[in-house]
Amino acid sequence: MEIGVLALQGDFIEHCKALQSIGVKARLVKQPKDLADLPGLIIPGGESTTIGKLATAYDLMTPLRQFGAEHAIWGTCAGAIFLSKDAEREQPLLNLMDIQVQRNAFGRQVDSFEIDLPVPFLPDGEDRPYHAVFIRAPIIKSVYGDAKALLTLPDGQIVVAQQNKLLATSFHPELTQDARFHQYFVELATL
Amino acid sequence: MEQQVATFNVKKGLAQMLKGGVIMDVVTVEHAKIAEDAGAVAVMALERVPADIRADGGVARMSDPELILQIMDAVSIPVMAKCRIGHFVEAQILESLGVDYIDESEVLTPADEAHHINKHNFKVPFVCGCRNLGEALRRVGEGAAMMRTKGEAGTGDIVEAVRHARTVMGEIRLIQSMPEEELMSYAKKIGAPYELVKETRELGKMPVVNFAAGGIATPADAALMMQLGVDGVFVGSGIFKSGDPAKRANAIVKATTHYNDPKILAEISRNLGEPMVGRQVTDIPESELIAQRGW
Repeated sequence: MEIGVLALQGDFIEHCKALQSIGVKARLVKQPKDLADLPGLIIPGGESTTIGKLATAYDLMTPLRQFGAEHAIWGTCAGAIFLSKDAEREQPLLNLMDIQVQRNAFGRQVDSFEIDLPVPFLPDGEDRPYHAVFIRAPIIKSVYGDAKALLTLPDGQIVVAQQNKLLATSFHPELTQDARFHQYFVELATL
Repeated sequence: MEQQVATFNVKKGLAQMLKGGVIMDVVTVEHAKIAEDAGAVAVMALERVPADIRADGGVARMSDPELILQIMDAVSIPVMAKCRIGHFVEAQILESLGVDYIDESEVLTPADEAHHINKHNFKVPFVCGCRNLGEALRRVGEGAAMMRTKGEAGTGDIVEAVRHARTVMGEIRLIQSMPEEELMSYAKKIGAPYELVKETRELGKMPVVNFAAGGIATPADAALMMQLGVDGVFVGSGIFKSGDPAKRANAIVKATTHYNDPKILAEISRNLGEPMVGRQVTDIPESELIAQRGW
């Protein structure tokens, strides 16, 4: 079993380590040819403008869209922005998920935070909350079409959305030692 | 479900998001927009790039908050700003502006020749410079959430950046090969907190993200530092002191991603125009070297 991790910029090594911790091989994806035969791809945290520009410069936009039409893609933070159809500003987006995101929705870096969230759709998700790390994080302002909100903060803001095999999280499961989200995605990719 | 802000986790987490990226020095709003368009992961807002600070002489201080605020308004990527070593009031001011990272920087004239800022006291994260592992771990001990090897700022000469990166990496390899009972004495020798030396040994790398800085002027320079094992690069004078800043900025961004692919590096190194006029570090009198500031 092998999952791709888009390695243009950001914390892709952290994702690779999380995958390896559950016995899944990770393949760095920098060019279209690297996508061959993968069942799923993770787009890491980073700067969404940088990732978008590098993806455009190296002809990855169309291959990534085609990949996402058939296979699983999970975007964390910047990756979630990149998957969306609307980030409220001009920047390269994959236009794959029916979600509207707001960048830096909680403010600047001094407002970045950590919080324990019960995540009902993960194993033991009610009893063993998931430690979510939000860094200059986006929120998913709205979901429409085929996208569904899977998780919200106590105040109702959406932080996880799913559309068939596409998954978006505002926070960074790769920054914790808890690989339940990675397990969830690997299962989604191999359905 | 209690929210915790300004934890060490979120401070060093932002640096993790910057990995594989280029942080560019900018002195105007226009520069900041060029940097963002070129794919910079963050900008460092300052009044003068290091090459000009070097040329002008005099005391170099924190930039005008007005300039920093204008740059924060102009771009969506993180904005960093520099304060003088030990000048915790400049740091308090920068924190109140809402900058995303503070660089307690040797490029500015030090305000304290014995002490750095106690960075644990701040909500905003700090990046600091280092020439070796001992200096790096002292800064982490003081609360720095990100490091950069110093190089020699404002020269366009990569030799010091290479020296500092190799020194840090070499010392990490050394402690990994040591039996555990030798660590305390080694920690004493390099003047680093023992617990952090132990942690570095276990991780096989610094406990925070480590970028390279000081002398990067070409895509090949950026790729060289990445191949030496740093997590990303700062480019100061190298972009906006060159003939075609937008093109060079973009090329350095691409080189930092494709640092292992000589064919791509050759392609993006073509026709970039004039690089910054360099100044060989060995020609600079010792009293004018910036990297030695820091204790």
